[in-house]
Amino acid sequence: MQLPSSQEIIDDLAFFDDWEQRYQYIIDLGKALPGLPEEERTADRLVKGCQSQVWMVARSKDGKLLFDVDSDAVIVQGLLALVLAAYNDKTPVQILDFDIDAYFEELDLERHITPTRGNGLRAIVAKINGLARNAVH
Amino acid sequence: MSLNISALREQFPILKTQIDGKPLVYLDNAATTQKPQVVIDALVEYYSTYNANVHRGSHYLSDEATRRYENARTSVANFINAAVKEEVIWTSGTTESLNIIAHGLMQQLGTGDQVVITEMEHHANLVTWQQACIKAGAKLVVIPINEAGELDLRAYESALNSATKLVAFPHVSNALGTINPIEELTLMAKNVGALVSIDGAQGIAHGGVDVQAIGCDFYSFSGHKLFGPTGIGCLWGRKAVLEDWPVWQTGGEMIADVEYQSTTFGALPNRLEAGTPNISGAIGMAAAIDWFADLDQQAVQTHEKALLARAIELAADMPGMRLIGTATNKVGIMSFLLEGTHPADIGFILDRQGIAIRTGDNCAQPLMKRLKIPGTARASFSIYNTIEEVEAFFIALKKAQTMLA
Ligand SMILES: Cc1ncc(COP(=O)(O)O)c(C=O)c1O
Repeated sequence: MQLPSSQEIIDDLAFFDDWEQRYQYIIDLGKALPGLPEEERTADRLVKGCQSQVWMVARSKDGKLLFDVDSDAVIVQGLLALVLAAYNDKTPVQILDFDIDAYFEELDLERHITPTRGNGLRAIVAKINGLARNAVH
Repeated sequence: MSLNISALREQFPILKTQIDGKPLVYLDNAATTQKPQVVIDALVEYYSTYNANVHRGSHYLSDEATRRYENARTSVANFINAAVKEEVIWTSGTTESLNIIAHGLMQQLGTGDQVVITEMEHHANLVTWQQACIKAGAKLVVIPINEAGELDLRAYESALNSATKLVAFPHVSNALGTINPIEELTLMAKNVGALVSIDGAQGIAHGGVDVQAIGCDFYSFSGHKLFGPTGIGCLWGRKAVLEDWPVWQTGGEMIADVEYQSTTFGALPNRLEAGTPNISGAIGMAAAIDWFADLDQQAVQTHEKALLARAIELAADMPGMRLIGTATNKVGIMSFLLEGTHPADIGFILDRQGIAIRTGDNCAQPLMKRLKIPGTARASFSIYNTIEEVEAFFIALKKAQTMLA
């Protein structure tokens, strides 16, 4: 599936004026994101949230980082799609330069990416940034 | 007398909160309850008019703080019908209370001994005993539950024997809502000479706890689940047991006589209360207890039953709704799964509608594994919730179901 770009998502979400449409959009994104086959949802790829679980596989290709993710909760999966729209298929420098908090604030979803929400999103962001830092060094 | 719910709600300032423009519907009461104004006022009054350290009375304020702090202990003692108020030990909450018991028992446990717990434990009443058993080389025996979430009494009885040093179980299960037959369980344990420790974290707010009638040795609870502040709780222990219980923390307040190389510890309750206590917490907790005890307890129970009954009725009409914990005798805790959805997703969409519930493992991972579920969504009701709120919860749940379909 071709993910929309982060700018497209910002534009799409700005277009909706009620929360239901916005959440429906995130749910639909989550459903559209292919996820990982069962055998790839292994313990070493698991990022444990206390409410939902997230798995991530990373690889690099032509100097860019590629991520596949999955979550057992569809809204988390949708939020992950938003994260991937920002980070997937980008160079490590692009990743490190991206201000994820400002992005989520612009999406009016900052509540969901705070460390206090035990949904694993923050941990995924940290992991992606860690990989990007390693690739730069 | 019956409960005037709207007048009751008026006493809880937080219930006027709006979340994203919608009135807060607070259904996470098993995690912590909200606080009435009298409790907030008691804290403010303490800090603004008689803040001083206790038991060091060389001045007026210290005398006043000590008097109110000790009166608070009396309030708690009366509330649970303790034989003497020295049986009430202030702790930081249920978790610390349970640790005091486990830490003490560990020193008496040996190989061949066993501690009995249940499959429905909160981590607080599991990890403590598990670790004590590991350290002492004793055996941890876990009593199974049936599909409704009730304890298997036969298995319990046959697990008990002369090697059983202590039996620990919850008064009420936080994940399932089950009310355990605590007097019966206690009696059976007493027949083999075991100590009995009851985790009262969820049981205390449902009223009518009489530690002497129960016949147990320990009953632990937290202030914050009983309309009081966080960071304060109680360990009640029978005097004969507590008097010789190994001391927990050491330091000031818990001593009688100190030399450089040795110390004589003080008497109850101080011997188990090292350091400057949580004075405001104790006073706030007593304010909460006095406030709660003043309500018509019969009416409280009737109201809570009505909330649960309405929820169960609406749940039955909800396609794909599976209740986790269907004991005949249960409190207003409704754990559930909605077919084809994840609890976290339910939580997200309810939250957006101003409805606060808990989602996740309910601090009972082994129980979730035993039930073969990843976790649950959980709505838990308290006295200030209304039938309309229960209905609003189900309307919101239907919306979540539609959106996630
Ligand atoms: C059954 C049960 N036991 C123990 C605890 C621990 O209480 P606290 O966190 O206040 O120490 C809780 C709180 O969630 C509980 O529900």
